[in-house]
Order: sequence, then structure tokens, then C-alpha cells
Amino acid sequence: MQLKKLLPLATIAALVPLAVFAQEAAEVVADSTPTNEDIGYIFNTFMFLVTGFLVFWMAAGFSMLEAGLVRSKNVTMQLTKNVALFSLAAIMYYLVGYNLMYPGDAWTITNILGAFTPAVLEPVGLADTATDLTYASVGSDFFFQLMFCATTASIVSGTLAERIKLWPFLIFTVVLTGLIYPIQASWKWGGGFLDADFGFLDFAGSTVVHSVGGWAALAGALILGPRLGKYGKDGRVNPFPGSNLTLATLGMFILWLGWFGFNGGSQLYMDTAGNIADISRIFANTNAGAAGGAIIALILTQLLYKKPDLTMVLNGALAGLVSITAEPLTPSLGSATLIGMVGGVIVVFAVPFLDKLKIDDVVGAIPVHLFAGIWGTLAVPLTNGDATFYGQIASIVIVGLFVFIVSGIVWLILKAVMGLRVSEEDEIMGLDKAELGMEAYPEFTN
Amino acid sequence: MKYIIAAIKPFKLEEVREALTTIGVRGLMVTEIKGFGTQSGHTEIYRGAEYAVNFVPKVKLEIAVPDALVDQVVETLGATARTGKIGDGKIFVLDLEQATRVRTGEAGDDAL
Repeated sequence: MQLKKLLPLATIAALVPLAVFAQEAAEVVADSTPTNEDIGYIFNTFMFLVTGFLVFWMAAGFSMLEAGLVRSKNVTMQLTKNVALFSLAAIMYYLVGYNLMYPGDAWTITNILGAFTPAVLEPVGLADTATDLTYASVGSDFFFQLMFCATTASIVSGTLAERIKLWPFLIFTVVLTGLIYPIQASWKWGGGFLDADFGFLDFAGSTVVHSVGGWAALAGALILGPRLGKYGKDGRVNPFPGSNLTLATLGMFILWLGWFGFNGGSQLYMDTAGNIADISRIFANTNAGAAGGAIIALILTQLLYKKPDLTMVLNGALAGLVSITAEPLTPSLGSATLIGMVGGVIVVFAVPFLDKLKIDDVVGAIPVHLFAGIWGTLAVPLTNGDATFYGQIASIVIVGLFVFIVSGIVWLILKAVMGLRVSEEDEIMGLDKAELGMEAYPEFTN
Repeated sequence: MKYIIAAIKPFKLEEVREALTTIGVRGLMVTEIKGFGTQSGHTEIYRGAEYAVNFVPKVKLEIAVPDALVDQVVETLGATARTGKIGDGKIFVLDLEQATRVRTGEAGDDAL
């Protein structure tokens, strides 16, 4: 029906160019239609810019999630750390991170250590360059990849909240975003040895991004110790309920939204029908993973504790997202939901498990990003025949050891040189008053 | 004059206010409080860890009444606030030595 109505219009539309051509013939106007190669470059670049600012928005998600899950006396500090860590990541990724991660042919040690040079963009208007039009602009690639680097740092701040001093945390962030993250990321995404020799597959970074943040957080939590009063003498765990579950829920949804860019953009190309269909699969699967993780956490906490626990449902959705991140393309919608569900199960059991070990993870970042990240990486061979369990496990172990050991050394040095923890009195008063002299909710906390 | 202090379940407040005004109580002070009695708190679970809620939210009422009204107030208050379940609260009655209406300076029962 629609088609019949449109036919006369189409006829007119077909005739119009003829008229235009007649004019053009007279004026000899050059055809300004981009070449097919140009169009691919334009779409790839555009895709990186859009998905890149979606991933940027995850910084807001982490901020809100953490602000909601810490006590009101530490909210301003948590927000301060989140703004600072993102900005530091941006600077460090420019100064060394980008070329350490993507050295091209300029490896310092082949396939292990990239190049120590700052990132450089294309000249304005691509002037006087023979640009490779098969990919995307360097500016868009840098912008997109920078967001992943910042995500890694965001993971650490949640675990160590409510007791770590501002400046040692920020110094660690400098090392993490400038060196630790880019070096291990080059092993896979920069074409290094995990990619070349182990056939490691990690689509958007269950290991490369999320587990890395998780390992760094775990090393920090072990060295920093739990919050005062968190664990009683007789093995009792004393919960410190979060200050604002509305913000925490908003944060979770912002992360969920940002994840479409995180996983979707990692397709890297949007220049063919096949590629954009793949990006669509990735969006749908990413969504399915989150839904699976949230629902299983809802059901499990009802069964285990008689009442559903919203904070676990939030963690469950995020664990679902982390789980599907290593391979969001090949699973069916059903498999993606199941992969996310396993992530949700992991969170519900890992949160109390960490408490048993007296590892104090304020927002549940270690179960969500480290444990679910490992699961997601292990699940790749289930739906993608190009991956092997050997390659996946070896890479998990190699990246894990590297990040855990180097992070541990950095934390220990910082502890020895300047101390990591605020004083007991400051911790009880709250970091907002003690370190910043500024409260997030001044009317309510007097 | 008597001074009545009562701690009741918060959701009963509106019902109690209505019942008391019906029998002639013309003033009531209300405070949101926490406390424990026989009910002595309960446990909740947050992120897999059980914790004790030692103080339960209640509403505290303070009412100054003429001697003639005391028994009726106590009876009405008790009957209205009662659910029969643990944690319904308590009513205390104290002697009240003096009362003054600030606007007029009236004293005693006239001030109530």
C-alpha cells in the first residue's frame, strides 16, 4: 500500500536529477559525492565518536553508583576522586598511554612493551597526508580508547572508598592509566604477544579492562585493609548501608547505557551492512546480558535472604554486562542472557565470600569486574570457535599476575612513602569533613 | 493535671489523633523517635551480611490533660494504637504541676 502511494513520488524523484544534470552540464559543476572509501572512513569515525561519548558517560555512572553506595560522610570525596581520576586518565593516556598501547611498528620490546611517545592527531582537515581510509580517524580512535582506560581507573575507586587518602589514590591512578593498563592492553589490542601467540580473544575487555581494574582494586584492598568496624572480632560482618540507593540505581542505568558504546564500538568498523548488523547484535546481546544478571540476582537474594537486595540487583546487572563484554557478538540472545545470569550468580555469592575473607570492597567492584570478568573471558569459546580455553586461561593468568603484582608494588611503595589510610579519627568523622572540609549533604548530616 | 507520654507505632498516628480530638483533647505534641522495649529490635540483611536493628522507629506523643480526662485519654489511646502484635508501644502518666498559656497568661486547666 505504502509502495503504491510512493511510486509517483519516486518517478518525480528520478526525474529531478535529470533536470539538475542538465543544468550541471551547462555549469560543469564537479561531483562532490564522497567515494565509497571515504564513506567507510566517515562512518567508522562517526561510530567511534558516538560510542566514545557513550563510554565517557560511564564515568558519570561510576560516580553516581559509588556516591550512592558509600555513607553520606564520604560522598563528596568519592565524587572528587571520580572527576580527578577521569581527568588524570585523559592526560596520562595522551602523554604515554595511547602509543604504549598501540605502538604500530614502534615497539620498544617487540610485542611486549610499546612506544613511549605522546599521542599525535592528524593535521587539521587531513591536510597534506596520505590518510589510510580503511579504518577511522586517529582522533576518534584516541578518543574512544581513552574512555576505556578511564573506565579501568573508575573500578578501583569504588573498592577502596571511605578510607583511602585522596593523593596516594590519584598517584596510583597515574601509574595505572599511564603504564599498567596500556602495557597489558597492548598485548592483546595493540597486537602484542597475547594476540599473536595465544590467540586470546577479548572483544571489548572483560579481561583487558574490567579484570585489570579488579586486580588493581584487589591488591589495593588487601594492602589498605578494611574500613574501621567493618569486621567484628567474632567474625561478624557489620554492614554500612549506602547513603542513596536512588543515585546508585541511576548510576547502574547510566553504566548500562554506556555499555552499548563500550561493546558496540568495539566492533571497530561500521562501513558495511555486515558490520552494522554485527553492532546491532552486540547492542541486543549486551542488553540481554545485563537483564539476565539483574533478574538472577533478584531471584537469588529473595531465595537466600527472604528479601530481594537492590544493591545486589544493581551489581548483578553490572556483572551481566561485564560477563558479555568478552564476546558480545557471537552468542544468541538466549546464550547472552545465560552468560549474564552466571555473572549475576557469581556476584551474589562472591560478595559475602569476600566479606568472609575480610576483604572490604565497598561497592562490590571485585565480584563485578574481576570475577565476572574472568567468567566472561572463559565463556568466549562456548560461542566462538576461534577461541581456545588454553588461550583464554593463559591470558587471564598472565594479565592477572602482571597487574596484581605491579599494582601491589605501587601500593606498597605509596604506603611506605606517604601512607594510604586516613587517621582513625578522620575515618570516623568522614573523609568529606576531614580531607575536603566540604559535605555532600550538609543539612542532613549535622 | 496529668502529662501523658506515649510511644506508639508510627502508622497509627493519624488514627490516634482523630480518636483523641473526638474525645476533647485539644493539643498534642509529636516527635519521631527510635527506641527499644520488649520487641528489642530485629535483624535485616544487607549485601549478604545480617545486622541487628537495635532501635525501632516509633512516634512519641506528649499530651497535657485535665484530671477528669485522663482515664478516657489513656483508654482511647491504648485502644486505637493497639494491633495486638509485639511492639505496640507504652503509655506513661505523670503528674503535671503547672501549665501556662503563653498568649494570655492563663494557668492550670484553663491553659490546656
